[in-house]
Amino acid sequence: MADLRITDLHKYYDKTHVVKGIDLEIPAGEFTVLVGQSGCGKSTLLRTIAGLEDANQGSIEIGGQRVNDLPPRDRDIAMVFQNYALYPYMTVFENIAFGLRARRTPKAEIEPKVHRAARMLAIDHLLERFPRQLSGGQLQRVAIGRAVVRNARLYLFDEPLSNLDAQLRDEMRGEIKRLHQELGKTMIYVTHDQIEAMTMADRIVLMREGRIEQQGAPLDLYERPATRYVAGFLGSPAMNFVPATLTAARGALTVRINETTELALPPARTAAMAGHAGKPVVLGVRPEHMSRSGTGESRAGIVRHAVTVDLLQPTGARTYATFRLGDAPVVAELQAHDVSRPGERIEIAFDMNRVVLIDPDSGLVVPG
Amino acid sequence: MNTTRRHRVKLALRLAAASVLTLFFVFPIYWLFMISFKTADEIYSYPPKWWPGQLQFNSYAVLFKDGDATTVWNSFVVAGVSTVIAMFLGTLCAYSIARFRTGGDHLANWIISQRMVPPIAVVFPIFLLYVWFKLVDTYVGLIILYTAFNLPYVIWMMRGYILDIPKALEESALVDGCTRWQVLWKVVFPMCRAGLFATAIFTFVFAWNDFIFALVLTRTEVTTYTVQVTHYFGGQSNFWAKISAMSVLGTVPIFIIVGFMQRYLVRGMSLGAVKG
Repeated sequence: MADLRITDLHKYYDKTHVVKGIDLEIPAGEFTVLVGQSGCGKSTLLRTIAGLEDANQGSIEIGGQRVNDLPPRDRDIAMVFQNYALYPYMTVFENIAFGLRARRTPKAEIEPKVHRAARMLAIDHLLERFPRQLSGGQLQRVAIGRAVVRNARLYLFDEPLSNLDAQLRDEMRGEIKRLHQELGKTMIYVTHDQIEAMTMADRIVLMREGRIEQQGAPLDLYERPATRYVAGFLGSPAMNFVPATLTAARGALTVRINETTELALPPARTAAMAGHAGKPVVLGVRPEHMSRSGTGESRAGIVRHAVTVDLLQPTGARTYATFRLGDAPVVAELQAHDVSRPGERIEIAFDMNRVVLIDPDSGLVVPG
Repeated sequence: MNTTRRHRVKLALRLAAASVLTLFFVFPIYWLFMISFKTADEIYSYPPKWWPGQLQFNSYAVLFKDGDATTVWNSFVVAGVSTVIAMFLGTLCAYSIARFRTGGDHLANWIISQRMVPPIAVVFPIFLLYVWFKLVDTYVGLIILYTAFNLPYVIWMMRGYILDIPKALEESALVDGCTRWQVLWKVVFPMCRAGLFATAIFTFVFAWNDFIFALVLTRTEVTTYTVQVTHYFGGQSNFWAKISAMSVLGTVPIFIIVGFMQRYLVRGMSLGAVKG
């Protein structure tokens, strides 16, 4: 059963249409990540679910009950805010106990609950401290403690890690995911960071300009993006896009970038894409779907093409090599020692089984 | 060695300058206090006596015996009650303007502009109105007036302090189970406590120091100490002992209040001053 059901939700700020008709169902116990660039309406959607913003149209149901007209406190939700939202004049204990006290939980129950939540987050030694005495990571743990101490139906996270440095962020990511597994609660997590989305989500809801662009399991979205936007948003470094034409000759389809550059599609993909032959397309190829020829496997759909490397960016385990395909710059993720210097001419193997072709007019990925 | 010595000289000079300045400002207050303890002869003696021969409490005794000292109590009642009412109404109003944009973007500016009206421009129309409503020379009359006059200031100041509170603190409390009133009580008030105290002190001091309204709107029943002092300036002679004793009675409560609240006053004035 869906724990949260949103139907045709619209939200305006004055005349700005921020959320433009969202339909979304989130099953009980799922960890859903709302992801998208800033201004795409993801935070507004979350705040509308929480009741901190009013919906202008559409309905929100939590656990089968329509909550549009309920104040936040009656929606049975807990929320973690980006800036922690801790009360500076209260100790960590009082901060965590705040929600329980506001709901008139009996005193005898408050203490064990707070201690259990604090132990879960490894902050039980900080309970007597004040927020100003804590580090950023500790503050974020307390903020999460405030939410998990309450037995809410729905947990909302509004970019909770964006104020932390990279290392802490990695750590807290794991921590929140572990918490989800322990508690088994329905959680909705908002972020603009696609890595957070990929690593944490059971399901990603990718938003763009107030609408859901695509939703599904992280790897589904990554491997089978529905649009150019989704393809470009997920993955780091991002997918390369190269303008080309899809040409057909003797029953085979070829992606033709210019006179000298043609990449043949494997037979398995030709049937579905045949209808698009002769039309302009954008070739989308991920950096890791290219390799130095000879280092990778050789099978159907692997197409070799010689390029001149313009730029090298070694990261240690891998090296990012930039070269041109037609007029478009393309980044390939190669082994650390595949290329020794810029200007080197090498042969790249393209895995044409995994590239996507995009209709440049509609921005939709051509199926197949 | 040289630098530490130069440092010491600098410090000594600074201390000396601070002492001279303090003396300069404290002296009139010292003089006021001393006069109230002097005999008439000592007050008029030349060269002046820096210290009374013996501490005379006569001037105070007279003030209390004649009932003049109740004017200080009157001041306290009207200033105190109007401060409480203005703080309560003003803070709610400020919250509404800050958080719900009540009255749009310019209401706050309009409200503070009301505070710039010189009292003399309105005091006579108000007097006529008060005659009509039988509010002249009553506690209620003065309390209403001071409340009305202080409200814009309270709203303006409290709005600044409230805007400084991160909105997420309130939203978090709403989600956690608080009503708006509980949010005010448990989050907003504690968060701007320093601002509340600082604003309350200024509000109180305005009413406490007011002269013109009290002069026009009181007769005998609720005369405040500021008006009472003027009664001791006579056509023939001035009653300096009474003037100074009454002034001391009017000064001491403010000293006490500011002394207790100094911590909040300093913090409150530096906080919240950012947002206009």
